[in-house]
Amino acid sequence: MKSYSNTYIFIFSVVMVVIVAILLSFVAMKLKPLQELNREIERKSDILRSVGEASEESDVKDKNAYIEQEFDKYISDSYVVDYSGEVQSNEDAFDITLKIKEQSDKDVKDRLFPVFVYTSETGDHKYIVPVRGKGLWGPIWGYVSFDPDMNTIFGAVYDHAKETPGLGAEINTDWFEGDFKGKQIFDDEGNYVSVRVLKNTDTKGNPHAVDAISGGTITSMGLDEMLLDYFGGYVNHFKEKVKEN
Amino acid sequence: MTEKEPLFSAKNLKLLKEPLGQSNPITVQVLGICSALAITVQLKPAIVMTLAVIVVLSVSNVVISLLRKMIPPRIRIIVQLVVIATMVIVVDQVLQAYAYEVSKQLSVFVGLIITNCIIMGRLEAFALANKPWPSFLDGLGNGFGYGLILIIVSFFRELLGSGTLFGIKVIPESFYDIGYANNGMMVLPPMALVVVGVIIWIQRSRNKDLIEQK
Repeated sequence: MKSYSNTYIFIFSVVMVVIVAILLSFVAMKLKPLQELNREIERKSDILRSVGEASEESDVKDKNAYIEQEFDKYISDSYVVDYSGEVQSNEDAFDITLKIKEQSDKDVKDRLFPVFVYTSETGDHKYIVPVRGKGLWGPIWGYVSFDPDMNTIFGAVYDHAKETPGLGAEINTDWFEGDFKGKQIFDDEGNYVSVRVLKNTDTKGNPHAVDAISGGTITSMGLDEMLLDYFGGYVNHFKEKVKEN
Repeated sequence: MTEKEPLFSAKNLKLLKEPLGQSNPITVQVLGICSALAITVQLKPAIVMTLAVIVVLSVSNVVISLLRKMIPPRIRIIVQLVVIATMVIVVDQVLQAYAYEVSKQLSVFVGLIITNCIIMGRLEAFALANKPWPSFLDGLGNGFGYGLILIIVSFFRELLGSGTLFGIKVIPESFYDIGYANNGMMVLPPMALVVVGVIIWIQRSRNKDLIEQK
């Protein structure tokens, strides 16, 4: 049998690795713009869905154009605040939202917090905020919309990168997201309590909690922590905004 | 010099047909069970996964077959792995660009195609010792065989576990009203194993040759 010399093996390996590296870099580079566009459209779509819009997404022919159109139509304003509630006029909300990973890595007091303002056809306003945290296998994030009382949740959309389908991944379902509607983050005395995600208790009558997911405990705890942490950053701003509204 | 074998000779056609039944990668060769359990909760991701595996398997088979006389035996497993991993990354990138929704549903499982035993198994058992065209057909055949099982399992799991097919509600509301309920267990992996087991049972009842001699 032909025996391959060490030199041959070495050269073969090097050539193979170089060819593969070139090929993969080329593919990644070519496809990057399309992938980024997809992510941007997805975020806009999530923001719209947290207020119940963009429902015909799966039926339209050109999804990208549809989402852009809906976004421009319904999102009348957006701004960024810091932890103390002060508006940062030189920051763009969507930009910050695209870089939310960077933000969420910082301590909550150092973060920038985007807010999107939705105006419905009848002139109602809702306020949408992005949140991000850690699930079991990877990041989890979402968009939660509030009524003008800056306390009651109107809608929520959650998503994840690697949670287990059927378990942690259930955070991205109508039934789980729907549980948040009507829940409140401040109690009757005006204290911030967030909306907790609880196991083994019936949360139907509780305005400050929802049921955790069976079999998805760690993801549920991650979501609980995410809301507690992220909503906490908006508390100062919300207290101010309520007076305005 | 030997006659060039026609592209679709009987021998080559066998490569396409056999993995659909008597040498099915999942039910007979018992390879690729992991994704058969994980991806089959719904039909749509199962079909996309199948297409991804068919592409990775057939192209990897061809590449390895073309290189088969050049690959030093001492590093052949590594070379196979590099080829498979490269193909999978390309497929993953393409999915993220052109089929974003589905790529999110498949998430980590696309990357796990690299660990799918069927691919490594066919490269070792066939592509290393055969010409490119038969290797391509072998890849296609095994990919289809894998896909066939995935589609059957996900059909039953989605239908019985969620009452839908392709996300469209199929079981009429009237059934639910009289007490029918979705089988929650169908959504969890153990039931996938049971369904595969039932398929194996049916296959062996019809084809006694597959039953091992005591």
